[in-house]
Amino acid sequence: MKQDAFEAKYADDWTRLAEWTDALSRPRKARVDIETIAGEFPALYRRVCHHLALARARRYSGDLQSHLNRLALAGHQHLYRTRLPVFSAILRFFARDFPRAVRRHWRYMAVAAGLLFGPLLTLIVAIHMQPALVYSVLDARSVASMEAMYDPANQVLGRERESDTDLAMFGYYIFNNVGIGFRTFAGGLLFGIGSIFFLSFNGAVIGAVAGHLTQVGYGETFWQFVAAHSSFELIAIAIFGAAGLMLGMGALSPGRRKRWHAIQGQARAALPLVYGGTAFLVVAAFVEAFWSSSTWPPVTTKYAVGLLLWLLVLIYLLAFGRNDEA
Amino acid sequence: MQLDTTQNLATPEGVELRLPVAGLAPRALAWLVDALIKAAVIFTATVTRGVMGGTSFALYLIVLFFLLWFYNVLFEVFRHGATPGKSAVGIRVVNANGTPVGWTGSLIRNLIRNVDLIPGVYLFGFASLMLTEKFQRLGDLAASTIVVYDTKNVERKSAFGIAPEPLRIPLTLEEQQTIVSFAERTPELTGDRAAELASIVEPVLPGADAQKLCAYASWLTGREQRT
Repeated sequence: MKQDAFEAKYADDWTRLAEWTDALSRPRKARVDIETIAGEFPALYRRVCHHLALARARRYSGDLQSHLNRLALAGHQHLYRTRLPVFSAILRFFARDFPRAVRRHWRYMAVAAGLLFGPLLTLIVAIHMQPALVYSVLDARSVASMEAMYDPANQVLGRERESDTDLAMFGYYIFNNVGIGFRTFAGGLLFGIGSIFFLSFNGAVIGAVAGHLTQVGYGETFWQFVAAHSSFELIAIAIFGAAGLMLGMGALSPGRRKRWHAIQGQARAALPLVYGGTAFLVVAAFVEAFWSSSTWPPVTTKYAVGLLLWLLVLIYLLAFGRNDEA
Repeated sequence: MQLDTTQNLATPEGVELRLPVAGLAPRALAWLVDALIKAAVIFTATVTRGVMGGTSFALYLIVLFFLLWFYNVLFEVFRHGATPGKSAVGIRVVNANGTPVGWTGSLIRNLIRNVDLIPGVYLFGFASLMLTEKFQRLGDLAASTIVVYDTKNVERKSAFGIAPEPLRIPLTLEEQQTIVSFAERTPELTGDRAAELASIVEPVLPGADAQKLCAYASWLTGREQRT
């Protein structure tokens, strides 16, 4: 069959398929229901694939071949796209999948938590015994500004404020903390080095600040401030770290897979941790901005709420989604 | 030797689809356009913040946060893999298997962007782009995505509507194809260039100018059957 006859014979199919892919790529309102899609579209797409194969085998002109290639490619994209119901997926994620992911990767979680809490606790203890040690972690200016922030004589609590509204601080905490979390994850690609660095660096700084403030007698202001949000925030950083370590493990020890395939698999497996960690940091920012900084509740209430939140977070991560867990 | 950047994609339908992968230049250009858009938004936000004062600071920071981390992700997921910059240049992100990029792929590739831009000037990304067959930066490799030219709006070349003229000399298939693709390209060529190209076949087909070759092409693609 010569090319022109071929074109004339099947041109209708091609315009039909083009109409379909156009309709399918339009926003939701113009979208056709699934029944109609299931009927004509796949059959049409497979026919055009056949035409493309024929056109190549018969050495029809390059222009015709690339036209058919374009049509088939567009069809392929719509037929094999994945669509998920978003809201039920989100619900299922937090009720089940996220805590499960944290438990399934408990080894990474343990290492990440060790890398974060190890330096943190070590420095608290070390500075208690040797106060000058704080200056080997933080420079004098940061120490001074930390002291100014948590001076018991202050009216408000918390980090240095560029604006005095809680809402503004909420924005700042999200901007800053989620950024740190994302970098902790991404840094894992470099054979885990980035994640290890961010985890232990943050652990060391937090430990130094906590140790120093307790040591100079600002302990009460500091601990009542961090009591509530520290649960979400520290665990979230550990979660991001664990996700980063997973990436790093894929790079270091791909096993029987190609290195990049191993990394791709690890990245996909780690993504629930990234989603969950982000949610944790948003909650932490909210608590930090609107509760931690408030001065009206008695100190004991703030400690109690902090303890309660730590407990709830741990129960959530350890107990949720236990039913028919794989 | 293959010179173009086309990647073949095996489908369940048993036919190979061809994806034109985009290289450094279009991607850098797209990045630049996006960077300008982001800069414009940040500038506007900064100015409005100055006007509105106090409480808008939170909004400002959240805008900044989304711009920094989710600008690419949201556009790639909801606008068929293309940020405004990419669609201006005519490229978009797809999964390496040709399907549209989703949350998973887009999020991974854009979070790993942090590693690509080490040490602040995309050196890692650049090296990775140059060393991989499909021009993937590290984020693309981790997410298994590629950046391809958007061929959706490409038009078919207009048919060479010239009366067919039969070829009297037997030509190989390859030679026939050359003549047909020449005819398809003539509308894009200047008259002089077309004549110059046509003169190459002079020794084989005496007296064949560009016009004549298009007529042969008409005949080769089977136009005589309709007249």
